[in-house]
Amino acid sequence: MNTGTKDHAGLADIFNEDEARVDWHDETLWFVRAKRDKAAHTLPEWEALRENASKIKDNVLSNLHDYLLQFEAKAQQNGITVHWAADAEEHNQIVHSILKAQGVSRIVKSKSMLTEECHLNEHLQKSGIEVIDTDLGERIVQLAEEPPSHIVLPCIHKKKEEIGELFHEHLGTPKGESDPQFLTAAARVHLREKFLTRKAAITGVNFAIAETGEFVVCTNEGNADMGAHLADVHIACMGIEKIIPKRKHLSVFLRLLARSATGQPITTYSSHFNKPRAGQEMHLILVDNGRTRQLGRADFRNSLKCIRCGACMNTCPVYRRSGGHSYHTAIAGPIGSILAPNLDMKEYADLPFASTLCGSCTNVCPVKINIHEQLYKWRQVIVKEGYADTKKALAMKAMDFTLSSPFLYKTAGKAGRWVIKNAPFMVNNKLNAWYKQRDMPEPPKQSFSEWYKKNNNE
Amino acid sequence: MHVGLFIPCYIDQFYPNAAIATLKLLQKLGVKVSYPIHQTCCGQPMANSGFEHLTTGCNDLFIKNFAEFDYIVSPSGSCVLHVKEHLHSQEEEEKAVNVRKKVYELTEFLTDVLKVDKLSARFPHKVGVHQSCHGQRGLKMSQMTELVAAPFSKPMQLLQMVQDLELVELSRPDECCGFGGTFCVAEEAISVKMGKDRVADHVNHGAQYITAADMSCLMHMEGILRRQNSQVKVLHIAEILNAEEV
Amino acid sequence: MNSRAEILSRIKENQPELTSLPAELTAPLQYADPVAMFSTVLGNIGGTTVPVSSYEEIQDHIKTHFADQKRIVSTLPELSQVTEAGWEGQDPHSYEDIDIAVIRAHFGVAENAALWVTEELMQQRVIPFICQQLAVVVQRKDIYSNMHEAYGQVADSVYGFGTFIAGPSKTADIEQSLVLGAHGPKNMTVFIMDLN
Ligand code: SF4
Repeated sequence: MNTGTKDHAGLADIFNEDEARVDWHDETLWFVRAKRDKAAHTLPEWEALRENASKIKDNVLSNLHDYLLQFEAKAQQNGITVHWAADAEEHNQIVHSILKAQGVSRIVKSKSMLTEECHLNEHLQKSGIEVIDTDLGERIVQLAEEPPSHIVLPCIHKKKEEIGELFHEHLGTPKGESDPQFLTAAARVHLREKFLTRKAAITGVNFAIAETGEFVVCTNEGNADMGAHLADVHIACMGIEKIIPKRKHLSVFLRLLARSATGQPITTYSSHFNKPRAGQEMHLILVDNGRTRQLGRADFRNSLKCIRCGACMNTCPVYRRSGGHSYHTAIAGPIGSILAPNLDMKEYADLPFASTLCGSCTNVCPVKINIHEQLYKWRQVIVKEGYADTKKALAMKAMDFTLSSPFLYKTAGKAGRWVIKNAPFMVNNKLNAWYKQRDMPEPPKQSFSEWYKKNNNE
Repeated sequence: MHVGLFIPCYIDQFYPNAAIATLKLLQKLGVKVSYPIHQTCCGQPMANSGFEHLTTGCNDLFIKNFAEFDYIVSPSGSCVLHVKEHLHSQEEEEKAVNVRKKVYELTEFLTDVLKVDKLSARFPHKVGVHQSCHGQRGLKMSQMTELVAAPFSKPMQLLQMVQDLELVELSRPDECCGFGGTFCVAEEAISVKMGKDRVADHVNHGAQYITAADMSCLMHMEGILRRQNSQVKVLHIAEILNAEEV
Repeated sequence: MNSRAEILSRIKENQPELTSLPAELTAPLQYADPVAMFSTVLGNIGGTTVPVSSYEEIQDHIKTHFADQKRIVSTLPELSQVTEAGWEGQDPHSYEDIDIAVIRAHFGVAENAALWVTEELMQQRVIPFICQQLAVVVQRKDIYSNMHEAYGQVADSVYGFGTFIAGPSKTADIEQSLVLGAHGPKNMTVFIMDLN
């Protein structure tokens, strides 16, 4: 996503120019968080399920090599063509070459965060292939020429009036019409025509089963199924970490996924693709794109356990008030902030700092990724690798110098209160960012140490 | 039992009353308390900004000041969590481990170690409790709403012992206030917006005071309240638990 | 080295020490009356249950409730009186104008009102997705409490395609307001059959 040179804080500033809109965005996502809470509370075994899911995923990461081989062999036996892509570029080329071989120039695609990560649409469009995103939210942002702002709710940042305007322009709905029911019906007609006329369909993958070689795609709209079951060619794209060992493990993940995502007990469709239908070609692309590197980082590898439910975004007090686009990466929010630095540490050096480390993400996460601890750890790595800005680095050194010396600390304190000048909320201030919208604490007549010396001579 | 009082730097300099209340409350409960006068800071501001590797000086000083006490108690959940999770020493790791084990936030020290079941305090006001994230989710001082688990709250348990105090219910009982250390200036817009929203939740539910076991959150919310010319005040929980208003 | 070999060797190098799979969840939630739970949950997600005790009853229901629907197809021979004949085996695109499809499910799940349907029960994979309305017949005795029992039933059965369907197609992408009938069926009727 091209955001110019702005970092998360800069983009968040822009988002916060319209406070009423921030309130609306925050409330909408909080509503989803509340639905998640309600759904979680229907299962007394919720925490045990999370623990179970987390352990299964740990096992997956520890045995990924063998599981991938097992999966590949089974899938091939089932008649699926399996491809391997080292990076985004190779993934895009594979998709392109499959389409080219079929002579297909217009395709439908259901939601896949991996293809967002790889910028597949741009790549195909450059080669003259038209891609229609069929998830309603994704179609909306596609018409708006924006990336999704949320992995589960792609156009959660858009108001219905704006969507009405887009549909008026592109689908010919009446001007001023913004009723969700009406707009959805219009999109249904618009997209049905695409499903019926496109010869190839791309889908994402939620889970791939090593034991059986099948893969599972979850949607509420049924768009993945409409695309796949009508197309001559089905291409499914997945990150290598989407493997789970056994079919029965789906019971654990399907119980958690939708409840965490939207508060539904399960998505409307959980489709298990085992073999191509008669006469159909089915391809599956296994993509690395930095995942093996992340697997080698002991502190960060378990970010690969993510099942992309989006719960960490809905609960994140920062995400709710800065919007998905402020993260300038395909996967926004807390999980995006621990995945992105692995892809490009310099470009995404700001993201691990876009958090208060409140820890809410870690505790809603259905696979128990220690997200906020990883944010903390990424900060240490980014600073050590030299991606922190130099002013901050100098200020921190001065701070350590003073704070390790009680003498300096106290004298500095006397000479106009050292903390007032150097406390974290005062250092590195771009024209004193604290004071812009907050009053300063009033310095008392004496510090506690001074009081203690006078009153408590033990 | 000899307790070492750990007073974070900004409380020392800006909020001496919170520190004094902590000291007096502990003394009232019969604890022998000393304040090592050469203490400075736990190093958290640096560590949270990615400079944990620069905190060795702070760490060694902390160990030097506090290693000898039976317990270390502090009126700041956030600093205590930092010590518990990140205090290390190249030379004296054994002492560091020991320090990490015996450091307590004030309210958890009262409920878990002293097992306080009554207080002589009186505070006839409506009070909103801000559950500071590091205390709540880090030190597990209260149950968080994210989990499917039985609710509890150590700070509230203590506040309920205060005569005539009325707790107000919030719409979002454990949302972060947005202070976040250097976050409060590095991400000024979001930090302030989070603070405003948190304050509004308390104000809308009729709180006259907002209290917490972490002064840093309160300082941030106080900055916002005062800018709004609000009558609502912030007060560290130690000051309420030690209040003798009649 | 090709990408496959490269990826696999990097994984081998980077994956942590083997950890074991966890024990299965003990005592997942059971409902005293799974059928009642199923009906409640289905209602919450926009579907309707109709208890029946014979195929005649289903036919009657179709006749009275869906009289105005033009194209009704079914994979159940028992319903041949009220459904189209010889519709099977066509190009899947030709099913675009199906108003109602009636299919059978292997079983249902009370905790989420999902029904397990495999390819051979659909005739064509696209059927339960392309129809305007979907009706599913399931035996009362085949409603299980939770997904663990459900996968116990699926076990290692062989299918080309199988899916859990829970209610009508839906979206809430526009400002979180729920709309039924995103691309697939706009509503769903589940006939719960008690043959006794
Ligand atoms: S990190 Fe956890 S909560 Fe966030 S999207 Fe992934 S699975 Fe969901």
